[in-house]
Amino acid sequence: MKRMIRLKINGKSREDVVDDSTLLIDYLRDQRGLTGTKQGCDGGECGACTVLVDGRAVPSCVTLVARCEGAEVETIEGQARAGRLSALQRAFHEHLGAQCGFCTPGMIMAAEALLRRDPDPDETAIRAAIAGNICRCTGYVKIVESVRAAATAMTAEAGA
Amino acid sequence: MKDQATTTRTMVGQRLPLIDGIEKVTGRAEYTADLDPAGALVGRILRSPASHGRILRIDTTAAEALPGVVAVVTGEDCNVTYGVIPIAMNEYPMARGRVRYRGEPVAAVAAEDARTAEAALDLIEIEIEELPAYGTAAESRAEGAVLLHEGKPGNVEREVHHEFGDPAAGFAEAALVREATFRCAEINHAQMEPHAAVAEYDPERGRLTLHSVTQVPFYVHLTLARCLGLDQSRIRVIKPFVGGGFGSRTEALNFEIIAALLARKAGGRVMMRLTREETFITHRGRPETEVTLKIGMARDGRITAVECETVMAGGAYAGYGLVTILYAGALLHGIYDTPNVKYDGYRVYTNRPPCGAMRGHGTVDVRHAFECLLDRMAREMGLDPFAVRRANLLTAPTRTANDLLVNSYGLGECLDRVEAASGWHDRRGRMGPGRGLGMACSHYVSGAAKPVHWTGEPHAVVSMKLDFDGAITAFTGASDIGQGSTTIVALAAAEVLGVDLGRIRVITNDSAITPKDNGSYSSRVTFMVGNAAIEAARALRAKLVDAAAEKLEADPADIDCIGETFTVRGAEQSALDFHEVVLAALAREGTINVKGTFSCPPEAQGGKHRGGAVGSTMGFSYGAQVAEVSVDIDTGLVTVDKVWAALDCGFAINPLAVEGQIEGSVWMGLGQALGEETRFANGLPVHGNFLDYRVPTAVESPPIEVHIVESIDPLGPFGAKEAGEGALSGAPPAVVNAVADAIGLDLDELPLTPDRVVAALAEARRAAKRKAS
Repeated sequence: MKRMIRLKINGKSREDVVDDSTLLIDYLRDQRGLTGTKQGCDGGECGACTVLVDGRAVPSCVTLVARCEGAEVETIEGQARAGRLSALQRAFHEHLGAQCGFCTPGMIMAAEALLRRDPDPDETAIRAAIAGNICRCTGYVKIVESVRAAATAMTAEAGA
Repeated sequence: MKDQATTTRTMVGQRLPLIDGIEKVTGRAEYTADLDPAGALVGRILRSPASHGRILRIDTTAAEALPGVVAVVTGEDCNVTYGVIPIAMNEYPMARGRVRYRGEPVAAVAAEDARTAEAALDLIEIEIEELPAYGTAAESRAEGAVLLHEGKPGNVEREVHHEFGDPAAGFAEAALVREATFRCAEINHAQMEPHAAVAEYDPERGRLTLHSVTQVPFYVHLTLARCLGLDQSRIRVIKPFVGGGFGSRTEALNFEIIAALLARKAGGRVMMRLTREETFITHRGRPETEVTLKIGMARDGRITAVECETVMAGGAYAGYGLVTILYAGALLHGIYDTPNVKYDGYRVYTNRPPCGAMRGHGTVDVRHAFECLLDRMAREMGLDPFAVRRANLLTAPTRTANDLLVNSYGLGECLDRVEAASGWHDRRGRMGPGRGLGMACSHYVSGAAKPVHWTGEPHAVVSMKLDFDGAITAFTGASDIGQGSTTIVALAAAEVLGVDLGRIRVITNDSAITPKDNGSYSSRVTFMVGNAAIEAARALRAKLVDAAAEKLEADPADIDCIGETFTVRGAEQSALDFHEVVLAALAREGTINVKGTFSCPPEAQGGKHRGGAVGSTMGFSYGAQVAEVSVDIDTGLVTVDKVWAALDCGFAINPLAVEGQIEGSVWMGLGQALGEETRFANGLPVHGNFLDYRVPTAVESPPIEVHIVESIDPLGPFGAKEAGEGALSGAPPAVVNAVADAIGLDLDELPLTPDRVVAALAEARRAAKRKAS
């Protein structure tokens, strides 16, 4: 069944007609053209599709868009401000947290959710927060370093 | 490259982010599945429900009649075989007459939407008369087994028998001879990006354009021309951003050809996105391998002789199979001083998805066996594992018994580094119950000196353009799959030209624009493309220096260009800025186009024996690593707590990227060691997702401490060799050796899943009881 849905995507309010069975990832990619969110598996296994719904990291490939009524959805495309990278994006870039880049949008969104609730996570907390996001390139070493570097940069900026 | 090694470097050797990293962290990087689906038909593949059988009938009538279906293709639509090795092409894009593995494509549909395409697949009737199916090499080789392919008795695709030196004399000289058999499960690359291709056919012009996830656009181009009967000039292959490869995409794959066949039949554009399960089924992974290894050792730890038999269950088609079985033997050499080596290899057809090249192609399972047995023998001889490796070091330059060139060799320093960093001598044996340290060495080629498709052309070509805006654009066919090859081209150009990195753009992987490149495999790109980029930049630099010399009324030999400023050596006050020199150079000839090439020197191209080209390379990387593990003896769970890895990559053009490559390859080896394996139930893959195929997560992955060793290779770009594969094959044996140290058990099977460890512990207890009673 079709229905009208109201939600915010990366800060912008939208009204769209969606099917009850439409997954959030398909809505974002096919209806909104936000292809930064990646599909890496057949459902809920790899975390590449992670987005924030009301600040919580969720796999958009097992989330129905119809359940996002009134929600605030954030994707990788909304992270940079006026073209300038977010702290996490900059850290992933500068510390080589991204190699092939396919897991990167989901990884950054999972890390973003972590840093919002814990601005100073230790390595164990970082690894736990991204445990649902598979990366096949980095062995997670530089991903963990990137998240740490972003936390440090954000703390320094907040203190300045 | 000598002059490069002696001049001061400004760009290379620094830790720099990838030049295409911003696209990746912002989500702007466009992968094949991200291409605009507007106007594209949706392609879907029907796969064989049987592992082995004769196709009696395929009826597509009902599917074709379904509204919204635009094209249906079957094996009837392409009767041309393909395969990456010119002498071993035995696969059809869709099965013809016979299916040989469950999941093999038999038909495909292009429809207006996904639902219609899937409904159409359900309407295709297929009747198969089943034949006996073989899941293991032993079953396939058994007497009376049905042959998968004509003319391959015993279902053996390729046998290799090599003997170098005098193994019999070597064993006679040994103080200790030991033999063991190791089994390594089949594994898959599991790159994060599922397979995808977008094919567009213009019937008016008879032209085909394919975007694909490939690591080898050139081979895909050749394959499309062959299978579709098109002139190569009417095909354009473009590789967008690629989400990892690790070898899964180093040959043209069936879905790429099928997408093209559908697009031609539909007269339009077809988007084909495979599921994760289909991506697993497409496979081309590391085969299940049984290695029986015999080593002779002198009292001082010297290896006196090696005998190795390797059997690989290669799946249903040839693919890279003969190269894999040759690599396994060839790379017994080149790491230690081993003058006497006998190798017998058997690549066997089975009714499973075809295996192929995977990171560390051919060497990983054999190196695993070698490093494990070496450790066991060291223990028996009362020698330290490091001492045994040191007793067998090579001295570069040298040639191996099988005629491979070893030009630079930093293994000794790698050993020193991880021995010290891990606290080996202070900690080993004193870590408490269930904990241990293990080590292993490894090596890998920096590019195959003879490509599989030999044309006589240079191995790599890079061209560069300089125009009115002062921008330098490099064009390369090198396929960046996340390893950073695009960045390497930019760094090499900036270094040689003495310009800012921001002045350089790199255009990659569009056959209509960029020079041909063989692709990203065998760790060839940095070495070959890097050298070609250096040569192209030198050609451009020479033109700029000439123009500057004329303006400055000086000898070109006295011109320096550093930091975008041209000066006469000794008279730095008369400087020209970069743009002045560009305009002067353009005034002579207009837009400047130059190119650089790289060809492998003949001495690097291997021996004259049959198969001697495989394993040959300009330079080997060398690695040593130590793994620290804990073993829970109740649950059998093995945890790797830390890895120290040293790799001799010749010279680290970008140390940040080198670290990333070493970390990634060690970690991938840990996955193979601890949990990854494909599994089939009645031919049906039951591992086709990330829950059943256990790639380590962040919480299961240890810190990896990297040590870069730079031996400065005489042929490498700035002295560099490969860095992306060499460390992998050391990881599984380092873990197994550490487990032996932790619980006193030598485990012969990979992966070390808890069930295997528990079974081994139980068996050891039973054996101890038998001995006591």
